[in-house]
Amino acid sequence: MAGRQPSLAILRPGRLVPSIWDVVVFGLVIGVLAMIAFGGHETVQPLAVANRRPLSLDPVNLPYYALRTTLRMLLGLIFSFIFTFGYGALAQKSRRAEMVLIPALDILQSVPVMSFATFTLAFFLNLFPGNVIGAELASVFEVFTAQAWNMTFSFYQSLKTVPRDLSDVSDSMRLGGWRRFWTLEAPFAAPGLIWNAMMSMSGAWFFVVASEAISVGKTSITLPGVGSYVALAILQKNLGAIGWAILVMLVVILIYDQLLFRPLVAWSEKFRVELSAASGLPPQSWLLNFIQRARLAQTIFKPLQILADRAVRLRSPVAVSTPRVVSEVWASRWVDYLWISVIVLASISAAWFGIGFVRTELGPSDVVATVGLGFITLARVLILIGLASLIWVPVGIWVGLRPKWAERVQPVAQFLAAFPNNLFFPVAVVTIVYFHGLPDIWLSPLIILGTQWYILFNVIAGATAFPNDLLEAAASFKLKGWAWWRKVALPGIFPYYITGAITASGGAWNASTVAEVVSWGKTRLEAHGLGAYIYNASVKGDMQRVVLGVAVMSAFVVLLNRLVWRRLFDFASRRLALN
Amino acid sequence: MPAAAAPREAHKTGEVLLDIDKVRQAYPRGPSNTLLVLDGVSLKLKSGEIVGLLGRSGSGKSSLLRIIAGLARPVDGKVTWRGRPLVGPSDGIAMVFQSFALFPWLTVLENVEIGLEPLGVPAAERRTRSLEAIDLIGLDGFENAYPKELSGGMRQRVGFARALVVHPELLLMDEPFSALDVLTAETLRTDLIELWTEGKLPLRSILIVTHNIEEAVLMCDRVIIFAANPGRIAAEVKIDLKHPRNRDDPAFRALVDDIYVRMTKPLEAAARAAQQAASAAHGGMGIILPDVSTNDLAGLMETLSGDFDGKADLPELADDLSMEVDELFPLAETLQLFGLAEIASGDIRLTESGRRFVESDVDQRKRIFGEQLLARVPIAALIRRVLDERPSHRAPYRRFSEELEDVMSEDAADETLSAVITWGRYAEVFAYDEQSQAFSLENPE
Repeated sequence: MAGRQPSLAILRPGRLVPSIWDVVVFGLVIGVLAMIAFGGHETVQPLAVANRRPLSLDPVNLPYYALRTTLRMLLGLIFSFIFTFGYGALAQKSRRAEMVLIPALDILQSVPVMSFATFTLAFFLNLFPGNVIGAELASVFEVFTAQAWNMTFSFYQSLKTVPRDLSDVSDSMRLGGWRRFWTLEAPFAAPGLIWNAMMSMSGAWFFVVASEAISVGKTSITLPGVGSYVALAILQKNLGAIGWAILVMLVVILIYDQLLFRPLVAWSEKFRVELSAASGLPPQSWLLNFIQRARLAQTIFKPLQILADRAVRLRSPVAVSTPRVVSEVWASRWVDYLWISVIVLASISAAWFGIGFVRTELGPSDVVATVGLGFITLARVLILIGLASLIWVPVGIWVGLRPKWAERVQPVAQFLAAFPNNLFFPVAVVTIVYFHGLPDIWLSPLIILGTQWYILFNVIAGATAFPNDLLEAAASFKLKGWAWWRKVALPGIFPYYITGAITASGGAWNASTVAEVVSWGKTRLEAHGLGAYIYNASVKGDMQRVVLGVAVMSAFVVLLNRLVWRRLFDFASRRLALN
Repeated sequence: MPAAAAPREAHKTGEVLLDIDKVRQAYPRGPSNTLLVLDGVSLKLKSGEIVGLLGRSGSGKSSLLRIIAGLARPVDGKVTWRGRPLVGPSDGIAMVFQSFALFPWLTVLENVEIGLEPLGVPAAERRTRSLEAIDLIGLDGFENAYPKELSGGMRQRVGFARALVVHPELLLMDEPFSALDVLTAETLRTDLIELWTEGKLPLRSILIVTHNIEEAVLMCDRVIIFAANPGRIAAEVKIDLKHPRNRDDPAFRALVDDIYVRMTKPLEAAARAAQQAASAAHGGMGIILPDVSTNDLAGLMETLSGDFDGKADLPELADDLSMEVDELFPLAETLQLFGLAEIASGDIRLTESGRRFVESDVDQRKRIFGEQLLARVPIAALIRRVLDERPSHRAPYRRFSEELEDVMSEDAADETLSAVITWGRYAEVFAYDEQSQAFSLENPE
């Protein structure tokens, strides 16, 4: 959009000779376009052809596999954005839609991501019979389910908190819904939305890798990608190949971060509604600086800008005005009652169907057993979050209070959080087998492997934001040792810690569906737990058990959120917020 | 743009632009309660005049402005704009906001231009008209700046330019200068009045909401004084002084004093009603108490006793403390409620208890305050009585908030209890634990 550039002065007429920035940006744009074109062509081919080119563990193929994985990520991200705008806007504009959509989102968020693939694989395969595109879509859908809920929540929250004066001014100027969306609502939501998209990337990498080689009952698909490469390496017990995969993944995530998210986050800063000078340095991105400085790039982007500009200015040619009678009837309580009864009836019949489906195979004793497994996984999640906190809270505070260190450690922690740590699982298995460790205990750390970093970088953020005057006051009263931790540091970072722990807990539940059963060649390690139950059922294609397991896990997650995390969060923001 | 606007004298016809007839506004509060914010407000706005709506917060003046702007619909009554019923935001009415309401992600020029888009003005004309408006309002050279790069005064100028660019006939202003520092506000006021008197503004009338009495007298041709609970018109004052007006002019001072007296009248009536209610056995629970700090109360009494010898003219006192009506009135009202001061015809005077308070030390002050609190604030007396009667000497917050909600809205009940908690803690007549949300007698006296 015009004027979204940080400074219009760049557009002033003058030098048209390309600068060095232009060359770099040009190469980048063309390169990315070429990669997308190449990868896209490979995607749309019959399944038979895809199967004729078997995977190879030769590391030479890895960049290509990585490209395929990355494209799935990108597609998933695009779908997530589209979904977010539609769903979030609908939930905010319509009170009746909101009644259903927001709780639904809460539940969707608690369903283990991996099981979405289990449920939808057959659907996607049947959508395009005999074509690999169905399997690709299933994998993209997995990425989508790992990101979309989180992003939608963020967007919806932003829409709900649009400043009243900006909303009023848009109304009084009669901007119209479409223009208002792009002028006010989307920009206002942008910083939160982009930040959340970046945060949920970690889950997305994890599950895109996991979804490239999955089997549900008799259907099994193998899509070319880093995930399937690792799966093959596990089957063939090739530790070297796994090392290569980890290396390539590191590079890919680094590129993704630098080329996509850093620029986006830095760019979204301008949409923050704090008119006063922000504290701390705003995020920087070298790529964004390139683009903003490169004159040629500006010229290239200009047509796009003009197009976007036109699009947001579109106005419906006829003003639709509903007669007052219609709008009054529509707004009346009776329509509410009607709507609620429709929803209730629909959910009763859906639940009836679900229970009926599960009951064809399973009885009450199965339910009790599954809940029991749920408690085992719950214990695992809580204990590991406790252990991770014991380690990372002190480290985070130490680092966060030293700006030089924080500056360096923070990106590393965020990077580690984004890394699909399931690539490390084989290494863990080899170690456990070598030391004859007990799977029930030693597989447990795997569920927190990736999500512990959320605790670390949230605590670092909290300690960095800790007011200096309070620290100096504590120092002047000679508060030291345990008293200092208990009275100053821990309460100060608690709200941040809770945010990190909530994310870590959600991630850990999700990871349990992948991490409680791990194999290495023919060796298979299995821990007791709900995650393993769901995993085994989905490999067998035993949909009844999958449904039961997923239902129990959702219930556990929702209850844990409501009864523990949300209360702690409320307490933290009420009593311990530092503003 | 000046060319587009007819000289002001030409449209000083007195033609009625806006006709507000018996407007009532209420908001739902809880399932069965409604909060009445405007009751039977009638007002005519004529071409060529600047009208001020003056009142304390909660008097519904901003609600009325929102109705005129088309941002809210009254529950009852008629609003006619240029002879037609007003439904929703209308052509010819533009608004300036207290908080400026600029889009932080748009430049000054874009912020101004956007107002023209919905009117279907072609791009080229949008640009020229916006540049003209920016020019007029003195923002030359800032076209490509973002709001966060501007000072508060400059931001509000953007707000004016955005409102003026659509060439409205009526300009609505919702406390447009109250977020600015004193000097900036004064510059902006005089600039605006100058443009208006020179006929450079493409406007036929201005309606300004304010709680600053001097501002109203400085700018307006007519001041409508609002009373609160429910919001209604209490008085109307015509101001015939010539622009530019001088704050030190005796006629100006007389008008300010007159408005103070008129504004304190409902205050006196309310206080009397409160005292009568308080003396009734179980009544008096319906008074909504403002959450004012005991430090401010003590400070006001000290100023009264020290600088003014126990009796002061309210405008002078406000000037001396550089306080606005909205800040000073709740304090004065609370002192009156406590029987520490009395308000009569625009003056405030310390009572005998008030004098004793000022002369006492910290512990005695607490005791005097506590005695007055229990004697004159029924809800405080109730809390103390319940705590005394219960063996545990503890009572939950809900016990009292529910009782208050029978006679007032939930928000008002919370504010009232918050005030009582502050006062009770200061006087050490009871304690309150936020975490368990309970009153107790744990560490009083």
